[in-house]
Amino acid sequence: MTETLLKVQNLKKEFPINGGILGKQIASVKAVSDLSFEINKGETLGLVGESGCGKSTTGRTLLRLIEKTDGKVIYKDEDITTLRNKEMRALRKEMQMVFQDPFASLNPRQTVEKILEEPLLIHEKLSRKERLVRVYEMMETVGLNKDYAKRYPHQFSGGQRQRISIARALMTKPKFIVLDEPVSALDVSIQSQILNLLEDLQKEFDLTYLFIAHDLGVIRHISDRIGVMYLGSLVELADGEALYEEPLHPYTQALLSSVPIPDPEVANEEEILIGDIPDPSNPPTGCPFHVRCGSCMEICKKEKPQLVEAKDKRFVACHLYNDDLNK
Amino acid sequence: MTDKVLSLENLKTTFYTDEGTIPAVNDVSFHINKGEILGVVGESGCGKSVTSLSIMGLVQSPPGKIDGGKILFNGKDLLEKTEKEMREIRGNEISMIFQEPMTSLNPVYTIGNQLIESILLHNKWSKKKAKERAIEVLELVGLPRANELINEYPHQLSGGMRQRVMIAMSMVCNPNLLIADEPTTALDVTIQKQILQLMKKLNKDFGTAILMVTHDLGVVAEVCDRIVVMYSGKIVEEGSVKTIFNSPKHPYTKGLLKSVPDIRKKSERLYSIKGNVPKPGSIKKGCAFAGRCEHAFERCFEETPEHFNLGSGQCVRCFLYEEEEAGVAK
Repeated sequence: MTETLLKVQNLKKEFPINGGILGKQIASVKAVSDLSFEINKGETLGLVGESGCGKSTTGRTLLRLIEKTDGKVIYKDEDITTLRNKEMRALRKEMQMVFQDPFASLNPRQTVEKILEEPLLIHEKLSRKERLVRVYEMMETVGLNKDYAKRYPHQFSGGQRQRISIARALMTKPKFIVLDEPVSALDVSIQSQILNLLEDLQKEFDLTYLFIAHDLGVIRHISDRIGVMYLGSLVELADGEALYEEPLHPYTQALLSSVPIPDPEVANEEEILIGDIPDPSNPPTGCPFHVRCGSCMEICKKEKPQLVEAKDKRFVACHLYNDDLNK
Repeated sequence: MTDKVLSLENLKTTFYTDEGTIPAVNDVSFHINKGEILGVVGESGCGKSVTSLSIMGLVQSPPGKIDGGKILFNGKDLLEKTEKEMREIRGNEISMIFQEPMTSLNPVYTIGNQLIESILLHNKWSKKKAKERAIEVLELVGLPRANELINEYPHQLSGGMRQRVMIAMSMVCNPNLLIADEPTTALDVTIQKQILQLMKKLNKDFGTAILMVTHDLGVVAEVCDRIVVMYSGKIVEEGSVKTIFNSPKHPYTKGLLKSVPDIRKKSERLYSIKGNVPKPGSIKKGCAFAGRCEHAFERCFEETPEHFNLGSGQCVRCFLYEEEEAGVAK
């Protein structure tokens, strides 16, 4: 039986746009609209989509780095979005995050030792000696030489810095980690090292990941289940293999056929998606994808499709899979 | 040979900084045939961007300096040209598009203004004719409402549209060679696909040779005819797209191809090249890849391998293939 670790219900996040002479709110960017999904214990849920689709906002809202507008995030039978700061801080020990840019997410004035020690100072009552033992242990676990403990971030390469970020997230022995584009700033040969490391750590520490990325190859490799986002909503949620073998939503299909395949033998001349992603402050009516969709119907322009189970364990938000309609 | 648009011969570009000299491009030779798309692939710091800047004569000096070699464009050496002559070539016969469509357009001028400037610089045309040409190229790159677009500013356009404008700007004078430095890296996949299709179309319709600098092997496989793989300022392997992807020879090329997670199937574990990408110039002796190479032997740390020709256009800089070359020669 799979156990649910985290449950997201109707999550919504809007950013206000202020304007006019009085600086009043004149509109809002609907970054995430009505998102619901579950993350099971020990799995990797991949969240994929193009820029501006709300995948990073989702990750950050889950950890309350930004506050939601509406909805619930249930962790261990408790809605964490209503917790007070003090209670939330205690919970952060179990929920950590790794950011995209290893050049910006590490304090340049702190040594590696200090960076890794900090979470222990906040969350655990240990002597300095005990803390250092933990720091050196962790450095070894993520593949950093512990002789480097006194060095500063600028003395490391991108891949090593990302190892430091990962080590920092793991210091408090968390259960759940949000990985926001952890490999997209890295070179290909380093990217595969980090992906392998993340997989090893997941097994070793029994971790649950929310893996946010735009690279469809990386997502396929690392994820157990995958959610595809478009303009703030999930358009498809399914097991990784099923999604890639037979994508149901027209957007997922277009996305997958857009990826250049590193094999010149494969003629990749399929349909290309026309147009750009619509402005999230002024999304189209009905299905957010209908303006770019090749199989758009009348109803798509009026009514926004809900995420429903179209097949076994396969959820899709598209009127094409609405049985009532197709009868 | 006349069918070579561009050929580099032993190009060396070095940066002289306070912390020492950095040979960013170290003895690089390759050529591009007429109407061909050549991909230059490599990881950050391998010298691929400096190579393209050297061709354009845009390496900042100091600290950078082209120390040696030749850049033959239609048979003439660009390194012997004066700045004034270079200015006539840039944007006219050779043009370049950059990675960041957000920063490579001037935000205070309209799209039309920037296009017309480049047209009038190279042609003695009337403003009216230049404007017509501007609209024509905007339509050529598939931008809608070109008539209105020339009066708009860059911030009013999306990333994909800006990159189309950049391509339009590079095409106004029908260049012989287009240098594209990571043209799609900042774009989303669906937009990337559109831009790649557009570049392929321009290549076919106008016979413009394209030098495509990228780190994305998928992009290379999709658009290029031939590939040059660079590592730490040197070319380690060269060949047609088919040979490189089907039978890569250099351990680095092999590792790179195996490291990419495949979208078509899920592998259990990814192959990874151990170690880090070296800083250019940090390895003084031997093959720059030796420290990360599975097959490295003593000689690799002592001597720098030459290019070994394996026939059918494939060259590799690795001692493992020294004997194989001898076989081809026979």
